[in-house]
Amino acid sequence: MKTFDYSRADSPEAAVQGGAVGNTRFIAGGTNLLDLMKLQIETPERIVDISRLDLNEVEEGEDGGLRIGAMVPNADLAANPLVTARYPVLSRALLAGASGQLRNKASTGGNFLQRTRCYYFYDTAVPCNKREPGSGCPAKDGFNRIHAILGTSDDCIASHPSDMAVAMRALDAVLVTLKPDGDRRRISIHDLYRLPGDTPQIETVLEAGELITHVELPPPPVGKQSYRKVRDRASYAFALVSVAAIVAVDDGRITNASLAFGGIGPMPWREDAVEKALIGQVPGDAAFNAAADILLADAKGFGSNDFKIPLARRTLIAVLRELTGDAA
Amino acid sequence: MAWERKVGKAMHFTINGKNYDADPDIRTSLLDLLREHLNLTGSKKGCDHGQCGACTVLVNGRRINSCLTLAVMHQDDEITTIEGIGTPDNLAPLQAAFVKHDGFQCGYCTPGQICSATGMLNEAKQGWPSHVSERLEGDVELTDDEIRERMSGNLCRCSAYPNIVDAIREVAEEPA
Amino acid sequence: MSDTYTLTMDDPIETSLLDTSAQGLIGKGLDRVDGPKKVSGQATYSAEYSFENGCYGFLVRAPFAVGRITKIDTQAAKALPGVIDVVTDFDRFIRNSAQGAVKSAPVQGVRDVAYFGEPVAIVVAEGYEQARDAASLVRIEHEAGSGNFDFAEAIADADIPPDGAAPATHDQGDLDKAMGDADATVDEVWTTPSQNSAAMEPHASVALWNDDGLTLYGSYQMPSFDRPSLADALGLETEQVRIITPYIGGGFGSKLGIAPESVAAAIASKQIGRPVKTVMTRQQVFDATVRRSNTRQRVRLAAGKDGKLTGIGHETHCSNLPDEVFFEPAGIATHFLYGGEHRRITHAIARLNRVLSGSMRAPGEAAGMLALECAMDELAERLGIDPVELRKINDCKRDPEKDIPYSSRSFTECLDEGAKRFGWDKRNRTPGKMREGEWLIGHGMSGSARGNQLQPSEARVVLRPDGSAIVETDMTDIGTGTYTILSQIAGELLGLPIDRVDVRLGDNRFPPGSGSGGSFGAGSSGSSVYLACEDIRRKLATAMDCEPSDLTLKDGEAIAANRRVSLSDIMSGEIEATGRIEPGDQGDEVRQAGHGAHFCAVRVNAVTGEVRIDRWTAVFAAGRILNEKTATSQCLGGVVFGIGAALTEELVHDPRNGKVVNRDLAEYHVPVHADVPHVDIRFLPERDTHANPLHAKGIGELGIAGAGAAVANAIANATGARVRDYPLTLDKLLDSLPPV
Repeated sequence: MKTFDYSRADSPEAAVQGGAVGNTRFIAGGTNLLDLMKLQIETPERIVDISRLDLNEVEEGEDGGLRIGAMVPNADLAANPLVTARYPVLSRALLAGASGQLRNKASTGGNFLQRTRCYYFYDTAVPCNKREPGSGCPAKDGFNRIHAILGTSDDCIASHPSDMAVAMRALDAVLVTLKPDGDRRRISIHDLYRLPGDTPQIETVLEAGELITHVELPPPPVGKQSYRKVRDRASYAFALVSVAAIVAVDDGRITNASLAFGGIGPMPWREDAVEKALIGQVPGDAAFNAAADILLADAKGFGSNDFKIPLARRTLIAVLRELTGDAA
Repeated sequence: MAWERKVGKAMHFTINGKNYDADPDIRTSLLDLLREHLNLTGSKKGCDHGQCGACTVLVNGRRINSCLTLAVMHQDDEITTIEGIGTPDNLAPLQAAFVKHDGFQCGYCTPGQICSATGMLNEAKQGWPSHVSERLEGDVELTDDEIRERMSGNLCRCSAYPNIVDAIREVAEEPA
Repeated sequence: MSDTYTLTMDDPIETSLLDTSAQGLIGKGLDRVDGPKKVSGQATYSAEYSFENGCYGFLVRAPFAVGRITKIDTQAAKALPGVIDVVTDFDRFIRNSAQGAVKSAPVQGVRDVAYFGEPVAIVVAEGYEQARDAASLVRIEHEAGSGNFDFAEAIADADIPPDGAAPATHDQGDLDKAMGDADATVDEVWTTPSQNSAAMEPHASVALWNDDGLTLYGSYQMPSFDRPSLADALGLETEQVRIITPYIGGGFGSKLGIAPESVAAAIASKQIGRPVKTVMTRQQVFDATVRRSNTRQRVRLAAGKDGKLTGIGHETHCSNLPDEVFFEPAGIATHFLYGGEHRRITHAIARLNRVLSGSMRAPGEAAGMLALECAMDELAERLGIDPVELRKINDCKRDPEKDIPYSSRSFTECLDEGAKRFGWDKRNRTPGKMREGEWLIGHGMSGSARGNQLQPSEARVVLRPDGSAIVETDMTDIGTGTYTILSQIAGELLGLPIDRVDVRLGDNRFPPGSGSGGSFGAGSSGSSVYLACEDIRRKLATAMDCEPSDLTLKDGEAIAANRRVSLSDIMSGEIEATGRIEPGDQGDEVRQAGHGAHFCAVRVNAVTGEVRIDRWTAVFAAGRILNEKTATSQCLGGVVFGIGAALTEELVHDPRNGKVVNRDLAEYHVPVHADVPHVDIRFLPERDTHANPLHAKGIGELGIAGAGAAVANAIANATGARVRDYPLTLDKLLDSLPPV
């Protein structure tokens, strides 16, 4: 860990002022940042402690949605009665992630910004385009069991590790941010992440010093909700494939579908065409397979992660079957 | 906004109800503060990356990985370590249950398991659901599967897991 | 000083004092005597010793696989605040950790790098954070060399090592002919990956020097070997080194021999004249200590219609660094577990530039029985014979290779008892046919066996007139329960309540113990304590004017010939005795091993291939059980190691440079709480008069032997397909699952 200057912010405004300066990182839970700093994958010169900011409320919005403070710990959000009652997919995703200890510390805002678990990203003795742009990607021809099958580029095949963000994507979350110049903006989660392309080091559209202060959820979509995570251990392991799904069936037809995927892309993955292919259809294997075909049309394995293609298909179909239940 | 590095300025901590002063490097984790600066070596370092749970302590009553947080961030907190849970001559119920059920072998993960279980029982009491809870709402019934899931952030390579579950179940079932 | 009372195990010991003594401590499931300290954080592990003027060392690794270092640039590192020095010693730094039970120095010299991540220097700083940061600034220049990284390729040039824990090769009869003549055969190849012991405590050493030499607080399993080994590595006399290791946070083989941090800390400490604490990071433990070798194992079985084996072949390859003689003795149990006249069991080493391979819990059985016990299952299926029955049919009365008797063997009894407890008769007989919702259900079993060993071991016992005793030996307790069972043995034989016995371990100032490894710790060190106590009993008998056999000791009193006196009445002062056990002819005249059987029920998710274990029964017979509670825990730990081996554990080496890819506990998957069901463990009563005076055999590794195979057999039973490439992660099962 490189040494740094530390400062505790007592307001979001103060935080972004501090965050605007040079190589600065905000620290909230710190569960990923310190992990990376110990290995010198992150080497900030300044740390702004935002953990005491008064952003700890989960409130009902006027539109029937939710407004979640960015400092709300994952554990609290998962157990919040508003979330468990109306956004169970979010509770389930949070509870499927990490451990009790980590969920107590990790913040809502920080969870969106978790960095990949790519083994090569995590070892400074080897090249990595995400860590050291232009140095190369050993994962492509190396061991890539946990890597992405969609949205990859020649430069990077890393997958996004978050569970929470997958549910957030299915729920059309909007991030509210504060910028150093005092501007606030609202960023749809669909616009938050960038594909790796030839700049895998740039993962989101957030600007230097821009602070996530809240996350807003629109009113819960119609339909049953589910989060299914497939992993190597029964608990405490990152997703190989996960599916966050909200599906409604009315009168024998699928009327609403919102599907996001973890473990298969460089960001929580969602594709409108998959959902469009389902809406209006009679639930059943034909429709489910057609949706999976669309999802995986461009899927590409790199050897040790080839299995994710059939696994994603199987998991998606099982989830759809579960949510359309009796109708299927 | 004031920036600090290692400025020779003592930090203050409240641990197990006692006050401590220390002057650690700004980079010092809460775990290293305990182990290397305050001689509170009951909290263990197994991975230093939040992947094993041996460093689990309670901060304001909540269990966290002390390896993944900076000491400087916890100067206003109430910190409880294994040393504050009970002593060999005056074991807390969980500690006594671990001895009775042989919920450890080498003992290295044990303080973390016990701090974690302490926090976990509290979480269950508050009705927090888990990954294996059928319902997300209502009272939590601490079945063996619930205990296992909730304790999965604490690795035990000696694999005393079933005995740890026995110990925790026994304490969970005791009338409060 | 007392004379040493030595017993060499040349003959069986027909009567054990443990059967005639009166205190009643043996066998019971007594709580661990070190328990209260461990559960309250008061047990002190190596890295927890701190000294005035102490500082921190942090190892620097070679960031390449093979080559010769031309320059180590330390300028930037030394310029950081708090950095005291960057120390290296191209001749003396350890390249490969020491193997177990070796008293000489391990492979030293780090100018030539043999594997990715080899520690080549140490940064010493006032603070840990400073040392860690500075280590990243040390620049290592090198001329690249060429290495071997491909196991399949290297197998072609594999060499046959000298005999190790098992003979390197054994040929008997004509296996090819037996295969040709058989009614049923199995001829398949299994592969197992590299694994890491992943003890929860990383390797750690605190080194400090005084006029007498070096004191090292190091996390080591075998201090009586590690001491001369470390002395040799540093060019010191054995007596100039003292290792102190009262508590060890797990070892499982990885701490048998000294690791790189010990010598680096010692040299740095000497150079700067201050105590140096060096704890390996978890990543360094993966990179640069020791692994269980990956293996390729061809198993051939030939049997008649009656299930009787006529031939058994187990031809194995493992990998290791050039010049290392250790091989994974994967065929070790195959030598004696089942009969069959025609036999071929071989071991060869493929030379790879990967971190050292060495002993990890049950070297040999742990990997080898993953193949052998699945092959038996496949044979049972082909013959249409119940797998339990097949094993019973092939149980033997005499060792099939050496034609010597077993010291004790309750294999069939374990199979029967396990089958009964598990309800094996209700199992799913037709593979792939039992389903509950999304889950395929399967039942599997395996046999278990682990050779029993005895090592020289010494202990000193002091009995005080106040009815208390002190036991001293540099034996260790790595979670095995040594403190407890030695307290029990001394208390039992001296007639003292357990809390009147003070056992002191893990310090070279005490007599040399066997150390913990190979499951020989309890039998060896326990016997040394037994012998010391036997000597004390003899002296007390003299004081009581009776034969030792007529003396009863209980609750601090001596009883003989209707006379009951307190110890203080017959003791004029302390009585001290040193006991020593030595292996003897019994090691060759009989085949000694513990045996057992595993039974488990698994679920395989029909959609995803995820495996969950629902239920486990294991029955073992390993001679006398000294403490049912700690013995059960030992076996439980072994079973869970087996679950990890079967389902999740794989140390991945990059095919281009051999480096460990998944070098942390997030990606090297040891089982977590949620992976482990209730495990039902039972011991059958047994006494082994050939093993040692305790009549006990080792149990620390028996639990893992065969455990993973039971899981694999259950998965095959659930899915109807055999996967022979461990671990059986879900990706390998997908193809055999029903369509969604």
